[in-house]
Amino acid sequence: MVVEEKVRRSLRGAQGRPDVTTERAAIGGGEAVLFARGLTKVYRMGEVDVVALRGIDVELFRGEFVVLLGASGSGKSTLLNILGGLDVPTSGEVRYCDHDLSAAAESTLTRYRREHVGFVFQFYNLIPSLTARENVALVTDIAEAPIAPEDALSLVGLAERMDHFPSELSGGEQQRVAIARAIAKRPDLVLCDEPTGALDYRTGQIVLEVLSRVNRELGATTAVITHNAPIAQMADRIIEMSDGRIRSVRENAAKLSPADLRW
Amino acid sequence: MTALFRKLLRDLLRMRGQAVTIAIVVACGIGSFVTLRSAYRSLLGARDTYYESSRFGDVFAQAKRAPESVAARIEAVPGVAVVETRLVEPVMIPIEGLAEPATGRLVTLPANGNPRLNAPYIRKGRMVEPGRPDEALILETFATAHHLEPGAKVPVVINGVLRQIHVVGVALSPEYVIAVSGAQGFAPDHLRFAVLWMDRDVVAAAFDLKGSFDDVSVRLQPGARSAEVRDRIDAILKPYGGYGAVDRSRQPSSFFVDSELLQLESYATIAPAIFLGVAAFLVNVVLSRLVHLQRPQIATLKALGYNDREIAVHYLSIVLVVVAAGSLLGVALGAWLGRGMLGLYQRYYHFPRFDYRLDADVVGVGVSVSVVAAMLGGLTVVWRAVRLPAAEAMKPDAPPTYRRSLLERMGITRLLGGSALMVLREMTRRPLRTLLSCTGIAFGVAVVVVGFYTRGALDVIVDLQFEQAQREDLTVSFVRPVDGRVSRELAQLPGVLRVESERVVPVRVRKGPRFRETTITGLSRDADLRRIVEWPRRIVEVPEEGVLLSAALARVLDVGVGDSVVVEVLEGDRRSREVRVAALANEMFGLGVYMSLPSLQGLLGGAPAVSVALLTVDARSEPQLDARLKRLPVVAGVARRREIIAQFERQSAESMNVTSVILTIFGCVIAVAVVYNNARIALSMRGRDLASLRVLGFTRQEISSVLLGELGAHVALALVPGMYLGKLLASTMMSATDQETYRMPAVVTPDVYALAVGVTIAAAVASAFVVRRQLDHLDLVGVLKARE
Repeated sequence: MVVEEKVRRSLRGAQGRPDVTTERAAIGGGEAVLFARGLTKVYRMGEVDVVALRGIDVELFRGEFVVLLGASGSGKSTLLNILGGLDVPTSGEVRYCDHDLSAAAESTLTRYRREHVGFVFQFYNLIPSLTARENVALVTDIAEAPIAPEDALSLVGLAERMDHFPSELSGGEQQRVAIARAIAKRPDLVLCDEPTGALDYRTGQIVLEVLSRVNRELGATTAVITHNAPIAQMADRIIEMSDGRIRSVRENAAKLSPADLRW
Repeated sequence: MTALFRKLLRDLLRMRGQAVTIAIVVACGIGSFVTLRSAYRSLLGARDTYYESSRFGDVFAQAKRAPESVAARIEAVPGVAVVETRLVEPVMIPIEGLAEPATGRLVTLPANGNPRLNAPYIRKGRMVEPGRPDEALILETFATAHHLEPGAKVPVVINGVLRQIHVVGVALSPEYVIAVSGAQGFAPDHLRFAVLWMDRDVVAAAFDLKGSFDDVSVRLQPGARSAEVRDRIDAILKPYGGYGAVDRSRQPSSFFVDSELLQLESYATIAPAIFLGVAAFLVNVVLSRLVHLQRPQIATLKALGYNDREIAVHYLSIVLVVVAAGSLLGVALGAWLGRGMLGLYQRYYHFPRFDYRLDADVVGVGVSVSVVAAMLGGLTVVWRAVRLPAAEAMKPDAPPTYRRSLLERMGITRLLGGSALMVLREMTRRPLRTLLSCTGIAFGVAVVVVGFYTRGALDVIVDLQFEQAQREDLTVSFVRPVDGRVSRELAQLPGVLRVESERVVPVRVRKGPRFRETTITGLSRDADLRRIVEWPRRIVEVPEEGVLLSAALARVLDVGVGDSVVVEVLEGDRRSREVRVAALANEMFGLGVYMSLPSLQGLLGGAPAVSVALLTVDARSEPQLDARLKRLPVVAGVARRREIIAQFERQSAESMNVTSVILTIFGCVIAVAVVYNNARIALSMRGRDLASLRVLGFTRQEISSVLLGELGAHVALALVPGMYLGKLLASTMMSATDQETYRMPAVVTPDVYALAVGVTIAAAVASAFVVRRQLDHLDLVGVLKARE
């Protein structure tokens, strides 16, 4: 694909970044971009304290595709929000490269999200009054060296529907717009919260394929949280959570392509 | 154009109905400010320029007769810069077309035709040539009213001698910017008041005042203290019958101009304050709703990396665009209305140049104040929006908490149906919103009340003055005080039903340094045609001994019942006496003084005499009688009550109609804007509930009653406070007007209330209709599916 090639080239050329393909080789024994130790999160709901995270240690490595697996209420969304700088832990330490996020001011977190993180949400969270292209432009307007919105949308296969409003797009298409929006800033991290949660099987598969391709081609560390166990089979690593704790972390030797997933 | 800016435009487009109504309210706010402020600046500018160029005096004094040499002594008073002496004499102008002769002043010009102070400005024709006994300049208002051009001949009675005067020029004067003599009623009467300027030697000869003056104007040096100079002048003029010097602020025309300026200034604060207050409220309500609806969008923007400032600017920009649109409209509206207002002023205030000026700083202040007001309305909302933690904003809102209200717990609501209960709960759940909404509507009612208040109040004045107090059909004034028999003879004329007579004497009433010129009316104790009527409507008996003062005069002089005042008679032998204040009456007009006819006779001395006869007549014979009376040599003039009323109403209606229409439009704008926006928001907040009700089988009618019932309740709750607020505003605004010429009773007539309520309800119904149509097209499935 011409566009993808262009994107790849622009990525390699930009800001003297290391070649993403060579970086991919480092996964496993590689460099941790996100690092958390002893994270806890307690919400106060009226009279009672709800403990969402009970001491989490986790690392995300450059360029890897991680699936965080857990039932609803296991604390995975809370963890993702903290890793993405949308929330701060009650205690513990989070670091992005050499930046401490645990007790960062709102402005630091905002800059972190703006420069490094792309989010994909279960309900897409597109701005309904903006077209697909404009939704992506929301990000490219404030990013330093973004991909053009058109190119980002081409990458997710929506070149033909750029000028449609969210209400004119199907759920899968909306989620792909959201992915295009997340990657257009060329983030170091793509964090996806149940990206297929609101989609049917077939559409979900397409979305996962897009995420996988983006991870492959742009080399951004990608974390997907889901309660849907089969999805974990497409990951480099699988982190299982329950009751606010990490139960297991394992390398996925038999990584499947999203097309081969069944649920 | 950034994507965020596109969002802003699309959001605005989506809420255009609300945006437009808010913009219009803002436009009314800025519009009223620009209108009133530009009118103020124009009037102020014209006044200052003219006063300066015409060398308008700072201090004015009159005397009976002072030798010219006294002028040098006045000139020597420290602080005095320029002194101009002259003669100012009363004249009568029995011009064709008037029932009674017009009255006027004859003002002298120095030989060179160019007075050092108070120079007349010649609009047409030329200056009087020195020594020409029959030449005069004439005041423009009188000339225009009587279609007099240079070259016309006018009959003028000068010191009892009728002369034909040749009008050589038409002029304006800083002393008669508004053509009032000071002794007249509330409005300038261009038909019946004239000023003539003639050569001083000619007038001095006619009045036998050669080498003397009876009027002096003084220009002060910068920084001089007017009060000290006036005291010195009073001391100098005392031996020559000095009447006490006044400064410019008490010069009648200047006084009128200044009180108009004062009134404009106060209106220019009150009116915009109301509109901008309402605008701030609407911005708050509408933006709250928008921010609430866009919670997930705000969270998304945050997740994408937009910072608090960018999000705040985004939402405040929505407000700014609305204010900008409103400002544009408001400034245009203000400039247009201001010009219109000036057109109205130009009929009453006569300056050589009276141009409309719209200063940039007026526009600047108007727009800035509006921006600040709207921002105040939006700021808390935006603050809450940006403080919203992104992670939390992602989650859907918890269901709003409702509670059984006090009324419900008391069991009262068992009488109400389900819809009424929903209305009640909604209102009690958001008491502040309900309160502000009612306040907004109440202001709408109040503005309409203010618009029509003066009209109703004038009806009260007309009723009081012309139905209760002055009940004669014809008022006959005699050329000089005559024996009471004359009026008894009038009773013999065919068609005359009843005759009463009274004595009217020009006086100056003084208490210490305070004084006013007015007239004392001597009434017989059994007078029935002319009575003293006060507000609230009550007939006050004229006291047997002492004087009765109008309450306004008592306030000016700072006296009460039991105090004494000095009455200086301004005719005949000009005697002065101390008289006890026996009673006060809260009259609506002027600064009246009354005495019983016998005690006034006692004060004046000499033989009993009357100066005015009051007649009731058979309506059929009124015209013949009028003509016949005018032919009697003893009769100076005949006035018909019906004509006076008609003229009074004509004069007041002219300016009031415009004001009423404008204020009514303004009131409607507020009512529509508040009701419409509330309805839209209620629809947005309750759309889901209402759609659910429809799904459950409720009819459109039934769900409308839930939504519109709440609005109806707001309007209903707002009506009475609105009426009260209107009355309050009206009396506040009235207190800024001149209290000495006339006083508006603090009463709002029932028809004014009815009108204000009607207008508000009509505006509410129209808004409800628009929302009802949207309610009818409620997308049942869509609403239930949508997250919000």
